[in-house]
Amino acid sequence: MEAIPGKNLRGQDAPLTLGDLRPGARARVTAVHGRSEVAQRIAELGVTPGVVIEVERIAPLGNPIQIRVRGYNLALRLNEARQIGVALV
Amino acid sequence: MSHPVRIALAGNPNSGKTSVFNAVTGAHQRVGNYPGVTVERKVGWRRHGDIELELVDLPGAYSLSAYSGEESIARDDLVDNPPDVVVCVVDASNLERNLYLAVQLLEVGLPVVIALNMVDVARSRGIDVDADALAARMSLPVVPTIGHRGRGVRELIDAAVTAANQHGANDAPPIPYGRGLDDGVEKLMTVLTDHNGDIAPPRRRWVALKLLERDPVVTERYARGQIAAQAERIIRTIEAIQSETPALAFAAARYNFISRVCSRVTQITNVRRRTKTERIDALVTHRVLGLPIFLALMFGVFQLTFALGDPMMNWIDAAFAWLGNGISSWWPHDPSSPLRSLLVDGIIGGAGSVLIFLPDILLLFLAISLLEGSGYMARAAFIMDRLMQRIGLHGKSFIPMLIGFGCSVPAIMATRTLDNRRDRLATMLVIPLISCSARLPIYLLIIPAFFPHAWQAPMLWFIYIIGIALAIVSARLLSVTVLRTTTSTFLMELPPYKMPTLRHALIEMWGRGSVFLRKVGTLILGATIVMWALTSFPRPDDGRGALRAAGAVRPASSARQIEYSAAGRVGRAMEPVIRPMGFDWKIGTALIGAIAAKEVFVAQLGVIYSIDGADDSSEGLRAHLRHDYGPLVAFCIMLFALISSPCMSTVAVMRRESNSWRWAMFQYGGLTFIAYLITMIVFQVGTRLIPLIAGV
Repeated sequence: MEAIPGKNLRGQDAPLTLGDLRPGARARVTAVHGRSEVAQRIAELGVTPGVVIEVERIAPLGNPIQIRVRGYNLALRLNEARQIGVALV
Repeated sequence: MSHPVRIALAGNPNSGKTSVFNAVTGAHQRVGNYPGVTVERKVGWRRHGDIELELVDLPGAYSLSAYSGEESIARDDLVDNPPDVVVCVVDASNLERNLYLAVQLLEVGLPVVIALNMVDVARSRGIDVDADALAARMSLPVVPTIGHRGRGVRELIDAAVTAANQHGANDAPPIPYGRGLDDGVEKLMTVLTDHNGDIAPPRRRWVALKLLERDPVVTERYARGQIAAQAERIIRTIEAIQSETPALAFAAARYNFISRVCSRVTQITNVRRRTKTERIDALVTHRVLGLPIFLALMFGVFQLTFALGDPMMNWIDAAFAWLGNGISSWWPHDPSSPLRSLLVDGIIGGAGSVLIFLPDILLLFLAISLLEGSGYMARAAFIMDRLMQRIGLHGKSFIPMLIGFGCSVPAIMATRTLDNRRDRLATMLVIPLISCSARLPIYLLIIPAFFPHAWQAPMLWFIYIIGIALAIVSARLLSVTVLRTTTSTFLMELPPYKMPTLRHALIEMWGRGSVFLRKVGTLILGATIVMWALTSFPRPDDGRGALRAAGAVRPASSARQIEYSAAGRVGRAMEPVIRPMGFDWKIGTALIGAIAAKEVFVAQLGVIYSIDGADDSSEGLRAHLRHDYGPLVAFCIMLFALISSPCMSTVAVMRRESNSWRWAMFQYGGLTFIAYLITMIVFQVGTRLIPLIAGV
């Protein structure tokens, strides 16, 4: 199993985010949430709806994570990863 | 007549932009700063036929968006003082992300030429980019280049000059953003044309886009009245349709366009097998092995620095001693000559005790540069981020702190890689707590004087660890008091590993090392001379001056001289203040000298105890110290030296890099206060506790 979906406050399965994925998972980005500068930076680095990303690894201390996107390796914290909606491919 | 053609060089970090810049300009370059900030502005020149070229190397960037941070000044300069043409250096093995910047440059309305760089690297990875097809699809010139070998440079310049001359005639058409977005941009452009005559026509599209993206700089400048109202309306419409902000929508639209282009011009000729980078990373960032490997590497760096540096230290030590003796011999009959004292005790003694550490510092910086060049440092930041965050810093704080073991000044400058101001400030503030090499003379003088052989190395370690521990505690304290808000994040590319070039590493090493040398040359020299004057004058007048001059009576002892001098009097005056720490006026006097630079402390003590040419191997001075003080006071001296106010150079660079006197003074005052408090507590508790323990 590659992902553990969480549950939201209403007890339903919360949508899958990049922060839920384990190393080795391949997924397509569905949305980048947030209105902050960080969300824009993430999008401008290539993490946009429709792109396929692959989770490479988690850092030894548990944070950040490393993903492969548009042919390069990007590291980001779990906090931001949870703002990126994904769908497994 | 031909006026110079102004070319701006843009590109992602790690795209090889610097190599291209160097290949074009050679040695004809100069580095400065954008006014008021610490962002570098590199300019270069080249002659091309009968045309003069002026190149500006823009800071490496992934986009033209004005994020909080100083880099936006470079972007604003690009837009307000446009060059004749922009050369966008693009990493062929990383095409999609690199083209994003090119697309944004086109939006500004500038002529763009793409340097398709690192085609050799791309080919070795099985990535083949058709330059002509790319040029056709993007409607702009594309020139393949290999920057670090200087290939394609002439063709690139030709293309750039041609594009500059043809500007307006052959510009690339705007890229399509898709439903809703194109309409919104067109509508806002019309409003801009009607309501603001200041915006030049080529710039209107750019302004419209930025207003919709809520770019802070453009909004501040142009969003008024009708323009602001319309922009707001269009933003709401886009948000309703796209269910995301225009900023994100445009970013996505740009990448959609880029993605379509790349899929048609790129050929991947091999199925991706595990590259060397991946194999190294599997080990180096391994869940379990990653941390031990990292610690081993760091330990190795320091071991190497000291192992190779120590023999060199001894050579320099010997050389300075020889020099001091040589110069002393110029005054065979008048050992108390002021000039001789200035030259031997002051300049050679003071400067010498600093330059001794040059090999250690340079070796440390060289090791760091090599690790940076290989790409490992990005992994170090990746590994350390969680820990750094816990103490109120950032993964990228790690390298500056490492440099801090050599000298605080280049360390504080190295914090420029931190894009979040709050993280950067916090890092800069605690760097002086990391024991820089300036304090080593103090430790190396005191430890062998007061502690048995077996305790000496552990004692040195202990001092260093106290420094690191204090840095951690202070960072944490700052993050819950003065520097609370943190909206920072860790967003960093992990570039492929590459073999670091020794030449490049040496250049960087020298860049950082020369900052240290400049400090020595100016500050320490100046401080030493001033302190020499303060401790040499006034001279005691006990009526025997004339007899002394005639050589009939021995010169007044240096100790009495010191006591009488200006510095000595200040030392005596401040004695009550420093008594709670166990210090007396002699230490106080030496500390005054240390205000300018820590290195002066040892030389001062030496002068006070009338040992000429004091350095850290002087047994005579140690004997004197042992006579006057006990191990507890000695430890307190080291503690105070460790924590207390950084040298003047550090204060100066702190002010420059933080752009305010407030933070520099806060650092200075804060560290002095903490040093006083902790040293006082240790001394007071120690004097009470130790007899108790010893009595048992």
